[in-house]
Amino acid sequence: MEILVCVKRVPDTAENEFELNSAGNDLDRDDLVYSVNEWDNYAIEEAIQIVDKVGGSVTVITVGDDESEEVLRREMAMGANNGILLSDDAFEGSDGLGIAAILKAETQKGNYDLILSGAQADEGAGQVGGMLAAMLDMPYASLVNKIEVGDGKIIVGREIEGGNQEMNEIDLPCVLSIQTGINEPRYVGIRGIRKVAKVDIPVKGTSDLGIDADSVGEAGAKTKRVDYFVPDMGDGAEMLEGSTDEIIEKLIEKLKANGGF
Amino acid sequence: MTQIFAYIPFINGVAADVALEYPSAAKKIDEGASLTAVVTGSGADLDKIADEMTSIYSEVIKIDHADLAYPNGEVVRKALVSILPADAIFLTAHDTFGMDLAPGLCVKMDSAYAADVVDFEGIDGTTLKAVRQELGGAVSTHMTIDISSGAVMTVRPGAFTPVEGGSANGSVVDKSGDAGDLSAKRKFLEIVVAEVGDVDITKSDVLVSIGRGIEDEDNIEIAQELAEAMKAVVSCSRPIVDAKWLEKSRQVGTSGQTVKPKVYMAMGISGSFQHMGGVKGNPFIVAVNKNPKAPIFQVADVGIVEDILDFIPELTETINDL
Repeated sequence: MEILVCVKRVPDTAENEFELNSAGNDLDRDDLVYSVNEWDNYAIEEAIQIVDKVGGSVTVITVGDDESEEVLRREMAMGANNGILLSDDAFEGSDGLGIAAILKAETQKGNYDLILSGAQADEGAGQVGGMLAAMLDMPYASLVNKIEVGDGKIIVGREIEGGNQEMNEIDLPCVLSIQTGINEPRYVGIRGIRKVAKVDIPVKGTSDLGIDADSVGEAGAKTKRVDYFVPDMGDGAEMLEGSTDEIIEKLIEKLKANGGF
Repeated sequence: MTQIFAYIPFINGVAADVALEYPSAAKKIDEGASLTAVVTGSGADLDKIADEMTSIYSEVIKIDHADLAYPNGEVVRKALVSILPADAIFLTAHDTFGMDLAPGLCVKMDSAYAADVVDFEGIDGTTLKAVRQELGGAVSTHMTIDISSGAVMTVRPGAFTPVEGGSANGSVVDKSGDAGDLSAKRKFLEIVVAEVGDVDITKSDVLVSIGRGIEDEDNIEIAQELAEAMKAVVSCSRPIVDAKWLEKSRQVGTSGQTVKPKVYMAMGISGSFQHMGGVKGNPFIVAVNKNPKAPIFQVADVGIVEDILDFIPELTETINDL
């Protein structure tokens, strides 16, 4: 089975305290720690496990700048066979539809049976997988937490409300967005990353992909981000301060008053 | 005039709460817009929901087809493409169905797409302004949406004020005959119901709930000791279940259990909306997190900026000495 996995380099929510820049229109990105989107690691792991069972290869792809190459290498260190970087100044400012259109152009050059993405990334939209599927006229399932590979078809479980699982049969080729928890992504050590440090990763832009530069990027985007801001959520929590002993004393009083004991 | 259509999800004959929230969202998009509810399904349940919606919406479009009996995103999308006007503004909930349906629908409608919108700030010409959150709720953004060829948008359940139904006195329009070819390459098989765990977290008045901040499986013990001291039960957020440290039945959130405790101790939990969506009944929320910017502090009653690995054992010891 030929599997394509779409990944993204994102600011790591576990490693950063997000601050706005001085102009207040963007994040202060100077010291941000970036990593591969958490959901994507589950997608790569699932792809590798499928190929281990039924044969084939895993190709990992991203739309991004030069620095996105590091996430491709990380996923190749996990076991993906090939990497492709789609990069062009014209891609900057693309909305979800733009990213999906760029991915579509490269996807059509290959012969993939299965295309995976993470269920969502830093923007929390969960949009690109479903858009790509519709553009390719392939069936789609989101929030997938189980895959059983069959002949020409696969069985997928979707995570739905209340911890229940919705089972579907879906024709190949198809696009699936992968939910966390579907597997346990393998650990990647420094040695693994060194092994793939020299592997050639092709970089493709608008002309390689046959994309009209005006149809993607900021020029083609129907949605644009105007600014970032920290929402005013009313009063928020009453913050308990002082020494740990003082905090605990105050907390216990509050717990007593509110039914905590 | 702006035409807005709102998809009404329902399970076992009960409409989702978002059905009462769309009218507020629609007003914030355009005060003068027309708003039409869309319900798809099959048989008696569908008729019941369509009927109920006439008390909230002046027009309710009903699509009845055997293939729509279960809301399969691929099938519903085909029906919607057949009946919606090309420049429609279409709203659906940002739930597991909406996430399945909406991205593909915007492609087929050749419309703009915005996901998980928490607020709208009106239309200027053909530009709609909306508010979203990014990075797990750590920051918000304003975005502009070019709606000149329509828009498909998912709205966050609970983000818009529910309206009082009852007075719309609307009518049901049956568009079942216009649904077109509904054959799809994805077939719904069955629902596998969540396993019941050893402990029912929904029955406990006090929950000691742990998140990423617990850092290691071995540390779960300190949460259990605190829970014991408080006669509480340990629950958790999604990453703890993903790591297989606790059973799925202990997970609080939209994809886990919905709980209504009196006191909710959020220990090392950042407080994403998917997690807080499972905390109902307005409990007293205590948040302990070493990141002072964690979104949980916006919804908690009491906040403490400390590392839970140090704080929990001290709290347990003090409670045990009481």
